[in-house]
Amino acid sequence: MIGKGILQGLGVTFRHFMDTYLEDIRAGKKRYRTADGIAARRSADTRGIFTIQYPEEKMPVPELFRYVPILLYEEDENGEKEYRCTACGICSKVCPPQCIWIVRTVNPETGRPLPNPEEFYVDIDICMNCGFCEEFCPFDAIKMDHDYELSNYNRFENHIIDLEGLGRPISYYAGIKPGIFAEEEAARAQKKAEKAAKAEKKDK
Amino acid sequence: MTEANIRSSAVSESFIDHFPQGWLSLDDRDGYQGYIIEKDHLLEFARRLRDEHGYDYLSSITGVDYFPEDRMEVVYHVYKSTGGSGIEFKVVTGRDNPEVTSLVSLYDGANFQEREIWDLLGIWFEDHPDPRRILTWEGFAGHPLRKDWTEPYFEEDFKPFDSRWPEGRPERSEATNPFGDNVQFKDPFDPETWVYEGDDQVYEALRNEYSTKDEDLDVEQFIVNMGPQHPSTHGVFRMVVLLDGETIVGLKPVFGYLHRNHEKIGERNTFLQNMPFTDRLDYITSLSNNLGYALAVEKLTEVHPPERAEYIRVIMAELTRIINHLVAIGFLLNDLGAFFTPNLYGLEERELILDIFEAVTGSRMMCNYLRFGGVAHDVSSDHLKQINALVSERLPRKLEDFDKYLTGNEILRSRCEGVGVLTPEDALRLSVTGPLLRASGVPYDIRRADPYSIYDRFEFDVAWNVHGDTYDRFLVRLEEIRQSIRIIKQALRDIPDGPIQTGKVQHQARVPAGESYGRIESPKGELGYYIVSNKKPNPLRYHVRAPSLINLSALEIMCRNQKIADAVVILGSIDITLGEVDR
Repeated sequence: MIGKGILQGLGVTFRHFMDTYLEDIRAGKKRYRTADGIAARRSADTRGIFTIQYPEEKMPVPELFRYVPILLYEEDENGEKEYRCTACGICSKVCPPQCIWIVRTVNPETGRPLPNPEEFYVDIDICMNCGFCEEFCPFDAIKMDHDYELSNYNRFENHIIDLEGLGRPISYYAGIKPGIFAEEEAARAQKKAEKAAKAEKKDK
Repeated sequence: MTEANIRSSAVSESFIDHFPQGWLSLDDRDGYQGYIIEKDHLLEFARRLRDEHGYDYLSSITGVDYFPEDRMEVVYHVYKSTGGSGIEFKVVTGRDNPEVTSLVSLYDGANFQEREIWDLLGIWFEDHPDPRRILTWEGFAGHPLRKDWTEPYFEEDFKPFDSRWPEGRPERSEATNPFGDNVQFKDPFDPETWVYEGDDQVYEALRNEYSTKDEDLDVEQFIVNMGPQHPSTHGVFRMVVLLDGETIVGLKPVFGYLHRNHEKIGERNTFLQNMPFTDRLDYITSLSNNLGYALAVEKLTEVHPPERAEYIRVIMAELTRIINHLVAIGFLLNDLGAFFTPNLYGLEERELILDIFEAVTGSRMMCNYLRFGGVAHDVSSDHLKQINALVSERLPRKLEDFDKYLTGNEILRSRCEGVGVLTPEDALRLSVTGPLLRASGVPYDIRRADPYSIYDRFEFDVAWNVHGDTYDRFLVRLEEIRQSIRIIKQALRDIPDGPIQTGKVQHQARVPAGESYGRIESPKGELGYYIVSNKKPNPLRYHVRAPSLINLSALEIMCRNQKIADAVVILGSIDITLGEVDR
């Protein structure tokens, strides 16, 4: 019968249309602007239209999500920032689009390099969000941020971010990636213990 | 010579005997395979290879520049459409005015690829029917893939650049290297007084090939440009069509608007740095692109990923295939005029898969997930459950919906059936691959014909059909989604625990000297990576055999004698991504 296929297709569309309303009625106010509602709309058994109403609602990003790099620092009692970065340069070497610039600190008396960065820049216009810097950093110093709302009015002034702008306290990182953070800290503690044990052995 | 080399040469010595003496010799450089053909006998050799030995499918042609040596090579990879491994042969020429016989008379699929080599490497192909530039524009000076050619914002030959560390203060390349000072123009060329005449070449080529004059009737055929704006939401692409009324007499695709010389960038990069760039080739199927590249490099380094990583790769690649086909079907329907409703049904499912990609790889589209010898992150059991829920419940249900919604739809059928027919002979001659080839009645799927990774362990059917029209391509894609679901289910059942990486990932991958050609059945067709390494951290040559580009060579023949409104549908049924076509 001619038209059967079209009618069937219209049926599918109609069901999809109705599903949205039925879901809305069934879930009530919970469906929108609540974490559960968003999670339910992203699950495999969601029905109807499941658009996330950005910017009123935001999709929670997974821990591994990566955007642009940040540099982690530890804060001591005086509020002094101590960056984890040692200016080894691995991130700037592995960076595929070469968007990382580092100036290594040099001891003015001896002329020897010191293990911290004097300046550190990331050009977020060039950054391709690949995450290699995070992956290959041996000191867990450079990490990929979760903040993806970086638009602003002047790319010439604001898109090359310096050390100050890149810096984030460790607590911030622990907040956005708790699982990964715990794993890394455990690994760091283990490494430290091994190192201490080795040093002790040497002393003896 | 390694053991493998000796073994292959024992076989190949006898192959050489099939041809008159002096025609070909073994390529016995360390790490190289195949034969070197005497330039004068190339055409005859290729003809015999095709007609007597059955190598009827020309997969890839590319060139290599061995600067500072005075040596350039054109590298051919040919296969049998019945399956099995292929044969590689090369022709050697000098760097000054190199010339090689064109193979277009044997394989039409050579057409675009030879134009690309002329454009990017400056090797001229004798007897080529349409020897124009293909990716760069007509006023372009030089051939960018030559090793002594430098790009406008040139900094250094190889990454990492010295200016980044330890004294790295950022400077915008525009500031140090202002536009105008560093751009070369073709001689004599003045951008101020220049009048654009590039299109005349296209029009002339079109008229030369197709124009027919009717003696009795004074009929005027006219040329219409479709594009270069998005003619049908596929990207910046232009079709120059020669029309007789509403019927298409001839057609030339024009592309390159998104050209960024991916291969040159690749040759500046280290091997690992290239991985995220492959994501950006065909941005719908980034994980397949990763896989092809990883396989090509792993062939050289002889690293084998652990079992778990292999399964993860297969699961991810098949999810990518599902995504791609959903998008392809959706946009095909868009082209048909069913504006966005079916497309969004496809995109809905894609969204759920992308959520998984985001959780596993860190990014929705630019996944950058594979590493040489494994994958970057493990897939947790939660995510495997999520994938399982998708493939065992939701996707099959949704496919049924798709079937109900589209397959029987009278409008879709009348617009697709018998439109854009491609015969199997034409398809093979044009080196067309992927769903396009299989819909034309050639069940050639690299996963089956020349298995890579662990595809030989899975049970699946090669989806194919016999009519070769747009409707069959649609059906083949639907069926391929079902087969992908089948493969993922088996992979989820069998996936073992264990490591996901052999050893630690090195950011300076050590790649022994030699060449390799890694090819996979990407959702769009055969995706091949040809890599030459000279033991340095950067590849000497990095070439992508892009399925979208080569499948486009069939556009002309499929559109001929069709109505102009159908050209858009036919383009949609090829399923191209301009990021990959233009590279």
